[in-house]
Amino acid sequence: MYAFELEKPATVAEAVKALAQEDAQALGGGQTLIPSMKQRLAAPAVLVSLNGIKEMIGVRKDGGDLVIGGATPHAVVAKEAGAYPALAGLAGNIGDPAVRNRGTIGGSLANNDPSACYPSAVLASGATVVTNNRQIAADDFFEGLFTTALEPGEIITEVRFPIPQKASYQKFLQPASRFALTAVFVAKTGGGVRVAVTGASEDGVFRWADAEAALSANFAADAVSGLSVDPEGMIGDMHGTKAYRANLVKVLTGRAVSAA
Amino acid sequence: MTKVSMTVNGKAVSGEVEGRTLLATFLREGLGLTGTHVGCDTSQCGACVVHVNGQAIKSCTAFAADLDGAKVTTIEGMANPDGSLGTVQQAFQDHHGLQCGFCTPGMVMSAAALLAENPKPTEAEVRHHLEGNICRCTGYHNIVKAVLAASGQDVGQIAAE
Repeated sequence: MYAFELEKPATVAEAVKALAQEDAQALGGGQTLIPSMKQRLAAPAVLVSLNGIKEMIGVRKDGGDLVIGGATPHAVVAKEAGAYPALAGLAGNIGDPAVRNRGTIGGSLANNDPSACYPSAVLASGATVVTNNRQIAADDFFEGLFTTALEPGEIITEVRFPIPQKASYQKFLQPASRFALTAVFVAKTGGGVRVAVTGASEDGVFRWADAEAALSANFAADAVSGLSVDPEGMIGDMHGTKAYRANLVKVLTGRAVSAA
Repeated sequence: MTKVSMTVNGKAVSGEVEGRTLLATFLREGLGLTGTHVGCDTSQCGACVVHVNGQAIKSCTAFAADLDGAKVTTIEGMANPDGSLGTVQQAFQDHHGLQCGFCTPGMVMSAAALLAENPKPTEAEVRHHLEGNICRCTGYHNIVKAVLAASGQDVGQIAAE
């Protein structure tokens, strides 16, 4: 790993200031960033740890929303997000227990790994990503592989999840990496059904519009059985072909509807 | 270089670290606590698991400077005050929960974190909790048996597979 300076601000305002330095980068739990730095895939000059910012840690209810601080570790979400069980369940199955004690929701979303769990929950829930200077709707946040709407130096301070009537996350585990080989998050609200898919597309998390239309008309697992997903643009690798992942999208959507 | 201070196994310690100094490096090279093993160095294997403020984490994937002021427990802190093996360690010995022993410090620390939270886990819960700890000797059955035994449950009916 290349050398860098580590700074640990205590407030969001101090962190924003620290991140204005040249080649500065935010550090969440580091469960992706630190291995990337060891491989010299990332080499910031200044690393700004967000782990000392108390106002960014914790889970709270705010009206009908569940609000999660950007520096909240997965293990805390798993324990304290009981008001949104599908989300708590998702958090409790990310990585492994030691990873869940360090990795944070803000870090996961800012990284936008195409196989990460959290992006699908944010997109399916129609959540709002709140940063130090604006609110970003989930539909505008994810911009493709490892790419988001975040500007350099912008910090995810919290994520606001409207709590759906019914929801379920179905993850087909890639047991070596512990990421999703493919996973589907289904959320049913008064405004309709949203279906978000991770681990499948070469462009990262996406909404499956055909399934949303079918499930908004009839929220039953067999409502998607006649649909098909185009394998073009799916991830194909040694763990599963494009066609295999396309099929998993459909199977997991059906399972999510049954479990919701 | 930055100065960090921590409480490690109940003792106040401090040292000079670089930003990039990993907690595992600080423990092993700074404090001479070589019981914490670095297996993969890619956060996969769990041999380096220690407790930070009561939570199990992979010490190869955290910076020492980010943990200034933390309370850390390593495998060296798991023995009883008289030096005899602690409950989890003793169960690993009694049930042959180790073969080469390289993964054992991380296994013991992960198991202790589980038992602190869930004193009577089921076999499935133990296996789920140990998903981030890899045993290259593949000695999982006896590791799970040892953890169940450490929780005070009868493991007489569990075959040594």
